[in-house]
Amino acid sequence: MSTQGSESQRHVSRAEDEEIEVAAPQARESRDELDADVDAILDEIDEVLEENAEDFVKSFVQKGGQ
Amino acid sequence: MGIETEYGISVPGHPHVNAMATSSQVVLAYNGIAVGDRRGRARWDFDDEHPLRDARGYDLSRAEADPTQLTDEDLGLANLILTNGARLYVDHAHPEYSSPEVTNPRDAVLWDRAGQEIMAEAAAAATRDGPFTIQLYKNNTDNKGASYGTHENYLMRRGTPFSSIVRDLTPFFVTRQVFTGAGRVGLGQDGRGQGFQLSQRADFFEVEVGLETTLKRPIINTRDEPHADPERYRRLHVIVGDANLCEAATYLKMGTTSLVLALIEAEALGDDLTLADPVREMHEVSHDPTLSHRLRLRDGRAMTALEIQRAYLDAAARLVEAQAVPGTDPQTADVLARWAAVLDDLGEDPRRAADRVDWVAKLGLLEGYRRRDGLDWGAARLELVDLQYSDLRPDRGLAARLEAGGRLERLTSAEEVAHAKVHPPVDTRAYFRGECLRRYGDAVAAASWDSVIFDIPGHDALQRVPTLEPVRGTRDHVGHLLDSSATAAELLDALRER
Repeated sequence: MSTQGSESQRHVSRAEDEEIEVAAPQARESRDELDADVDAILDEIDEVLEENAEDFVKSFVQKGGQ
Repeated sequence: MGIETEYGISVPGHPHVNAMATSSQVVLAYNGIAVGDRRGRARWDFDDEHPLRDARGYDLSRAEADPTQLTDEDLGLANLILTNGARLYVDHAHPEYSSPEVTNPRDAVLWDRAGQEIMAEAAAAATRDGPFTIQLYKNNTDNKGASYGTHENYLMRRGTPFSSIVRDLTPFFVTRQVFTGAGRVGLGQDGRGQGFQLSQRADFFEVEVGLETTLKRPIINTRDEPHADPERYRRLHVIVGDANLCEAATYLKMGTTSLVLALIEAEALGDDLTLADPVREMHEVSHDPTLSHRLRLRDGRAMTALEIQRAYLDAAARLVEAQAVPGTDPQTADVLARWAAVLDDLGEDPRRAADRVDWVAKLGLLEGYRRRDGLDWGAARLELVDLQYSDLRPDRGLAARLEAGGRLERLTSAEEVAHAKVHPPVDTRAYFRGECLRRYGDAVAAASWDSVIFDIPGHDALQRVPTLEPVRGTRDHVGHLLDSSATAAELLDALRER
């Protein structure tokens, strides 16, 4: 899903190439901004994630319910 | 309407602790929080429970039933009725909160949120007072083959043919996952397939219609247990839903489903959207985060989930317009507007709905980890992010963190939720039930959805007050009576005189 934006831009016809050359750096910039934003959340989440992910998810065993 | 949620329960470091016992500790710990409050004394009244009654018109015999279907046997597990009209109890080795009956999606969100906070407080109290750390999760699978439910209930007119419900509701349920899905890492019931899917629950559905809720789960559940006058009402018991953490998602789920049920009652859908293979499509839709999969209809058409949802939305908008009385029900207009907006946003780029749709919010975090740390879908840390998204602890739950940071839309205020934890909605029979518990708790021997049973000093027999009409027992209806009755005995005398 994260590649959807760039794919749709790649698919446009030759006639619109010029426009895309202008648009592409902006798209990259906003992608970088987006990533930086997500990274800030991830840094916060890193602090609270359970230690030893593998053991933790393995031991999360539930009885079936409705 | 109302929502019942079975919470996942975990005792880290002690995976073999009996889950029924720890679930009971959680429920009883909540009772202990309110010292001097007798609400936990009233036992559940099982007289009117009929879990084996089928909406298609017959009863399953108890001998034929799977033991997990016998939900009307009092096993001595913790079982409380709260002053907000809810039931807090242990069901199938999970603590469960069944919200009080409400009349609209906004209230459904409020009393669901109240339940979530009651559970969080109860787990913290059980941890403080007991030998183990008990953690609760508002999710629907352990990713190892077990699933537990978040069920919605809707009151419907008895006269609506069940066959119309099955025909017109199934395509809606198969496709509403695009905004109700809570997101899941892992494919298949045991989660062993690598990848991400929209729904926690989708892979657990194996048949189109049926009575079961614990095995061979059906898209349309036929349990015919109205907890109300069976001549007039049916309770549609919906088992396909995910537990939502985002309030806006719960609101959309309840609001859109109510509108579709109104369409069915009015026979106003105007199109037969019957799917060729609903069970397979339920899984296909869930397994496609690009939302581009085309579902095959029985008449040969192929439509995306968003297109099918748009067909329901357009029909609902037409119905509301046709029935519109100026100035009535702003909430219905709000649900329609939000439904249109979420479909538009999901169609343009699902990430635009990250503030309202749980699977989108969760996928954003997971994609971030994949990019930053180069993880593949089989990584345990991604599975942990999926699980911890639903952790009820405000400091550790990832959805809670996103909401606190303003990244998930919140509809309720903290003050409203605090009130809803102890007070019932005022416009259903839950008002009578909750207020009786709050005012005359000592004298209430038992209660259920459709009764309150009093044990009055000086009377040998218990006195049962039936509440078979869900929209009676409201504050308008009985508020004055309650206010003028200092004791339960006075209340019963006044009721006898009416």
